[in-house]
Amino acid sequence: MANFETVQVETDLLILGGGMASCGAAVEAAYWAKKNGLKVTLVDKAAVDRSGAVAMGLSAINQYVGLKDGENTVKDYVNYVKQDLMGVARDDLVASIARHVDGSVHLFEKWGLPIWKAEGGGYVHEGRWQLMINGESYKVIVAEAAKNHLGTENIIERVFIVGPIMKDGQLAGAYGFSVRENKFYIFKARAVFCAMGGAVHVFKPRSTGEGLGRAWYPPWNSGSSTYFTLKAGAEMTCQEVRFIPVRFKDAYGPVGAWFLLFKSRATNAFGGEYMVERKDELQNWQPYGLAKPIPANLRNYLGMLDVMEGKGPIYMRTEEALQKIANEYKDDPKAHKAKVKELEAEAWEDFLDMTISQAILWAASNVQPEERSSEIAAAEPYFIGSHSGASGAWVSGPEDLAPPEYFWGYENMCTVKGLFAAGDASGASSHKFSSGSHAEGRIAGKAAVRYLVKENPAMPTIDDATIEALKAKTLKPLDLFEEHKAFTSQTDVNPNYILPKMYMFRLQKLMDEYAGGVGSQFTTSKVLCERGLELLDMLKEDSEHLAAGDLHELMRCWENYHRTYQAEAHVRTMMFREETRWPGYYFRADFPKLDNDNWLCFVNCTMDPETEEWTMLKRDILPLFKPEGDHELLGG
Amino acid sequence: MPSFVNVEKCDGCKALDKTACQYICPNDLMVLDKESMKAFNCEPDMCWECYNCVKICPTQAVDVRGYADFVPMGASVVPLRSTDSIMWTVKFRNGMVKRFKFPIRTTAEGQAEPTGGFNADPDLEGPVLFTEPDSLGCDVWTK
Repeated sequence: MANFETVQVETDLLILGGGMASCGAAVEAAYWAKKNGLKVTLVDKAAVDRSGAVAMGLSAINQYVGLKDGENTVKDYVNYVKQDLMGVARDDLVASIARHVDGSVHLFEKWGLPIWKAEGGGYVHEGRWQLMINGESYKVIVAEAAKNHLGTENIIERVFIVGPIMKDGQLAGAYGFSVRENKFYIFKARAVFCAMGGAVHVFKPRSTGEGLGRAWYPPWNSGSSTYFTLKAGAEMTCQEVRFIPVRFKDAYGPVGAWFLLFKSRATNAFGGEYMVERKDELQNWQPYGLAKPIPANLRNYLGMLDVMEGKGPIYMRTEEALQKIANEYKDDPKAHKAKVKELEAEAWEDFLDMTISQAILWAASNVQPEERSSEIAAAEPYFIGSHSGASGAWVSGPEDLAPPEYFWGYENMCTVKGLFAAGDASGASSHKFSSGSHAEGRIAGKAAVRYLVKENPAMPTIDDATIEALKAKTLKPLDLFEEHKAFTSQTDVNPNYILPKMYMFRLQKLMDEYAGGVGSQFTTSKVLCERGLELLDMLKEDSEHLAAGDLHELMRCWENYHRTYQAEAHVRTMMFREETRWPGYYFRADFPKLDNDNWLCFVNCTMDPETEEWTMLKRDILPLFKPEGDHELLGG
Repeated sequence: MPSFVNVEKCDGCKALDKTACQYICPNDLMVLDKESMKAFNCEPDMCWECYNCVKICPTQAVDVRGYADFVPMGASVVPLRSTDSIMWTVKFRNGMVKRFKFPIRTTAEGQAEPTGGFNADPDLEGPVLFTEPDSLGCDVWTK
């Protein structure tokens, strides 16, 4: 076995991940831990300053409810989310986040995040729930507050978490390795908070050359949350609810500001507006198709129908939108000129703050948005419980909001005792975005400390044999490579092992072709899923032969191993749900219609950590608020 | 190759423990070649073009060249990040240049105070988080 030092860390609360949710958990847990004499340790595979999905920055905060000024109510937000997810959401979880999220936003502002202000002093809204920000340093600022509260001595960076340590069916901690030095890590913890992101590159992306990395969501989101919670035995939810973002084509620049702030239209190549021309299609997806705003997946779907009919490309009519706004000043040439300049800066900042590639693509294509339209397109599928997808662990709601079926003691605790999840790691609570993920991390961070104080679980002991077995398993790809690399004249082609990149391509190809990726027009069926599972089985067998030449590649091996489990959870859940509920996300060709009589429910799954046998189950959607009139289905 | 390193400008961060780009890259892509003492992107097709290596480089040696499989050649987007603002120079393929400057933070670096100055003393029981209700500006909603 490769010669690695074993480092053992003991802590009361172990925070896994360093993104928005984990920074929320850290800043919150630090407060309660100090009061109760507890130790909190955060582990990140990157540098907290610029890790997670907000690493590049953001141009907007997408969840702000405006409770203090009575702009909206918690119920408004719950209705909005549930409608967008075609009736499938946990009201208690969405409400729990919604009632706290404004506090996180107010903290961000105090910490130093510039939020756009209107003349009267109020926030500039991009849309009903969205605020415009100068967000280049959003993550740096949020990380700084977490670090200042937790203390840098309690933060371990550049350690990749491979999986949970289980002992007698109980969670005992986590194991992983440093991507910088030859060190194997064992973390013993009395409670664990997991927020290691969503999953990208499970499906084949549109760009498969150098642009492979230009995923809409960051490529370092590799399904680690799903693997960790699943392998700890946690019940998972909404594993079929992937997200397909429609974004500026190829560079995936954001469209929110264009649709909401600039009120831009999207049209097909012939000027037709699919949202108008295909309005009747929405009747088929009642009641969700008839409510406002129209769910994201249905908007996607109407655009996809145009593309399938040969009416593409689809364009964002940027020039028309900007001209329309500037025209309001047409009688005052000076004001008109100033407004055009302001709009231009706003349009570019939108990209420069969060998707710089799109700015490069515009500049390289000589695109000035005030002069010509830009293409938009549906991207590949993503697993992102924090946005318009819903996949994640099934967690407890808060005591005062959750019905008994959704409550087991501590907010955001998984069905595994002492394991908490938030952000992309918790499911059925979509549309939390950056701010809501932070708020949810705080909710879970406090709950985890309360769990420690009230239950006072013992510090787990892990015997040497277990540690050695985990170490051997973790380092096996390095050993395999060393053992066999001399067999061929080039290290990348060798019959004795598979390198992580090719393993990833194999996963992406099968998911694309059988599980409804871009290449199969987001369409799948029972037989396609079954064939996909056969191929996945063989891929999982071959994961035993993953090989790594260095620490960086060792991380890639384990990231792709994690992606495999996200893939399997997804295929199994799509196969189980015999209807099409989110046609703009995926289409079940053998069950092409919405079936509210049988499938207005959550589909959950578990995997036995030992045998890796899967169990699929339905769970009821229980409303927090009384249904209203003809929108009865929305309430559950 | 998304981010790339200009060999004339890169000084390997003067052989310090690790380079700045290596420290910051969220995807563990930047590596120091110990022989040439120059940093490089070891896996360009996993680069998100997040520009964190570009922004952090003390010698402005790191730049980005758009993804070769879909971006026409000839453009550049270059940031100059200070403690409170960032200036972008966008050069078009046709030679046009645009410059934008945006604020990035309103507090001094390192000075984010965890409580945000909000005063509150909530109980470990119940849903009220630290700094609440002050940070919310209203009581925590309950049904």
